[in-house]
Amino acid sequence: MDLAILLDTAIYCLLGVTVLSLVRVVIGPEPEDRMIGLNLIASQVLAILVLAALRLDQAIFLDVALVYAILGFIGILAIARSVGNRGGAA
Amino acid sequence: MIWVVAVFLLLGVFFGITANIGVLRFPDVFTRLHAAAKCSTTSVFSILLACMLLKGWDPMSWRILVIALFFLITSPVSAHIIGRSAWMRGLMPWGGKR
Repeated sequence: MDLAILLDTAIYCLLGVTVLSLVRVVIGPEPEDRMIGLNLIASQVLAILVLAALRLDQAIFLDVALVYAILGFIGILAIARSVGNRGGAA
Repeated sequence: MIWVVAVFLLLGVFFGITANIGVLRFPDVFTRLHAAAKCSTTSVFSILLACMLLKGWDPMSWRILVIALFFLITSPVSAHIIGRSAWMRGLMPWGGKR
């Protein structure tokens, strides 16, 4: 079993299945549906970045993955605050 | 050792597929959140564990450990924030009463 084929298979499977979550982001009826889709996309892009760091043997992708995780979390916080204040209840 | 890595990668890809199908197919915000939170945490943590096992004692492995710890803290928190936002806005759970 070759290692590069294994990592490529995992990367392309995750990349192909993230499209389903993107469909939920587009068609979601509530704002929370879109937030769930964005959160799932951020998680899987994090996994894809770590796999690509091992596949290309470049350690700089891990720093990119860590910053991406932090920015995704802060983005979810900001969107939740923005959506929740619209209805009147904090 | 590569078979252990392959098993963890397969587990991560399987849980990723399950999370995305659940988010696409479930009928409600809370059920979709249930599928997304649990399966994405398991999927990403399995993949990061496979990458750590693959690299062994290496500086890249410790960075992956930092990413895994950060993800393990922030993923349930963001799921809780989304669920609390949906609950405070008064969304109805599927097939039940509040």
